[in-house]
Amino acid sequence: MAVLVIAETDGANLPRGTLATVTAALALDSEVDVLVLDENADAAAAAASGIVGVRSVIKAGGPGLAGGLAENLTPAVVEAAAGYGHLLAPAGTWGKNLMPRVAASMDVQQISDITEVIDAETFVRPIYAGNALATVRSRDPVKIITVRGTAFAVAEAPGGSASVTDGPEVAAHDSARFVSRELSQSDRPELAGARIVISGGRGMGSGENFELLDRLADKLGAAVGASRAAVDAGYVPNDFQVGQTGKVVAPELYIAVGISGAIQHLAGMKDSKVIVAINKDQEAPIFQVADYGLVGDLFKIVPEIVDAL
Amino acid sequence: MKILVAVKRVIDFNVRVRVLPDGSGVETDNVKMSMNPFDEIAVEEAIRLKEAGTAAEVVAVSIGPARCQETIRTALAFGCDRGIHVETDQPPEPLAVAKLLAGVVAVENPSLVILGKQAIDDDSNQTGQMLAALLGWPQGTFASELVIGDGAFDVTREIDGGLETISINAPAVVTTDLRLNEPRYPSLPGIMKAKRKPIEARTPADYGVDVAPRLETVSVAEPPPRPPGRMLDSAAELVHILREEKGIL
Ligand SMILES: Cc1cc2nc3c(=O)[nH]c(=O)nc-3n(C[C@H](O)[C@H](O)[C@H](O)COP(=O)(O)OP(=O)(O)OC[C@H]3O[C@@H](n4cnc5c(N)ncnc54)[C@H](O)[C@@H]3O)c2cc1C
Ligand SMILES: Cc1cc2nc3c(=O)[nH]c(=O)nc-3n(C[C@H](O)[C@H](O)[C@H](O)COP(=O)(O)OP(=O)(O)OC[C@H]3O[C@@H](n4cnc5c(N)ncnc54)[C@H](O)[C@@H]3O)c2cc1C
Repeated sequence: MAVLVIAETDGANLPRGTLATVTAALALDSEVDVLVLDENADAAAAAASGIVGVRSVIKAGGPGLAGGLAENLTPAVVEAAAGYGHLLAPAGTWGKNLMPRVAASMDVQQISDITEVIDAETFVRPIYAGNALATVRSRDPVKIITVRGTAFAVAEAPGGSASVTDGPEVAAHDSARFVSRELSQSDRPELAGARIVISGGRGMGSGENFELLDRLADKLGAAVGASRAAVDAGYVPNDFQVGQTGKVVAPELYIAVGISGAIQHLAGMKDSKVIVAINKDQEAPIFQVADYGLVGDLFKIVPEIVDAL
Repeated sequence: MKILVAVKRVIDFNVRVRVLPDGSGVETDNVKMSMNPFDEIAVEEAIRLKEAGTAAEVVAVSIGPARCQETIRTALAFGCDRGIHVETDQPPEPLAVAKLLAGVVAVENPSLVILGKQAIDDDSNQTGQMLAALLGWPQGTFASELVIGDGAFDVTREIDGGLETISINAPAVVTTDLRLNEPRYPSLPGIMKAKRKPIEARTPADYGVDVAPRLETVSVAEPPPRPPGRMLDSAAELVHILREEKGIL
């Protein structure tokens, strides 16, 4: 049976998670359709139709698309879902907010954050902050799944030529209203898709000191992340948080600076290809997952790295 | 206003979880259990609303085996007024939990239900959204700020790109993120008082909910270990390795 990808889109931009979700969908079935639920419907549908491997794009319309509220989108997803065996969405905050609402509306037990497709009804997902990998089989007639973006390669785009058809009309309900959005502005790559990520922890001591990491990030074209402690202390905004309850990243290179390596942090970065840890405490657990460790004062070591580049 | 909070008993966040040798699950015998940290945040938020005079009553619900009563007692020690324990031996899946909570809501008629955004054991991040769907209520998920208005709640949400604010009508479901508040420690008088607060005992049958799992856990395995690392002497050595050996820089 065909697979429907519930795409997170941003106008003509296709987030990495959506492209990875298409790859997971293609592992299930060769017939993959994409539902776009974007205020900027034409641009989003055009971008989605360029994803290689997609059969057709279903473009939702209507006033309820503005603000992307789950209350409005859910009936449209349920309507579009008829006839599909699997519904897949990326496991970012967008998909996490929407899909369980869809699943409960269809009386389906969702499978969250899968990292592997075994067969049409069996999937692997991390539990306990990634300390265990559970293989679960679903008995529901329709499988509703969110996909961990770092666990699947991104589908190629552009290059595809899927057809675009008009889909459900999204009505605006009055029980929920979008008020405002404050997005962090940055010229750096996005955390989720960056090739190199440099994260700072409580050891950074202040928000100003993050400039040290900015300088290194600028030289390497890297994204900057953080531990929960650094976010809680107000050094950096919430969307920097890497971990079990923040973002999951798996870049080619992850540099942890002044981060002790609590399991909740490791859950968000331990699948990185190469991990470098800089910490003044040689007993810090971060060194247990690091490929390369430097023991010492970060305020001395980070500038030395910048100079050596 | 009446508030319902859902509290789950989970393996304490400090415990290093071990997979059982037969791959059937993880070690839970003689392991420290605690209230899910996101649910402590949910309880704290509800208690603050009570202290501010906005909430008249706060009811804590937990679903699971007999020992969940300890988790409810903790919620009562924080300041919740009474508890409801829906006893099942199998920990139910999020959809079943949401159905049971919907059953409790039908009896209790709260204006607000606060849950954690995710339980740190199964990491599903589903229950609040499912409950909202079943009730046909709006949802304010991953909340870092909650402002009570006239018949509506303004919820600031932590999203991938930053923050978002929505306004949702009462009654509603809210799920907590880490920055919503910093939970207090239960006080000694609070703990003493909690012992006398009532906990209602219920079963899934009382709500007509079938808790049979939809997901079968085929196996649970340890993730593959990372290869051992190397300690380096200098920043220059690191740059050399990343550039020449790894070809990353
Ligand atoms: C429910 C829950 C969810 C959580 N979710 C997350 C999550 O998603 N992500 C996350 O990161 N955490 C999460 N945590 C928090 C986690 O348990 C840790 O508290 C947190 O990761 C610690 O951050 P840290 O390593 O920056 O701080 P610390 O543990 O305080 O470590 C600071 C480190 O900096 C080093 N240091 C200090 N000064 C210097 C210096 N000058 N030079 C070099 N090194 C220095 C110290 O040696 C120390 O190792 C969660 C916790 C809970 C309970
Ligand atoms: C290794 C393993 C094996 C398992 N095997 C089985 C099995 O064989 N059969 C089975 O039915 N389940 C099984 N489970 C499911 C299980 O224990 C989880 O309880 C269930 O999946 C709920 O997911 P969650 O808590 O992550 O939900 P989330 O949606 O992450 O929880 C969010 C919030 O919902 C509320 N909440 C969730 N659960 C409860 C609760 N019980 N009481 C009160 N509030 C609650 C809390 O406020 C919580 O913060 C297994 C889990 C694991 C990890």
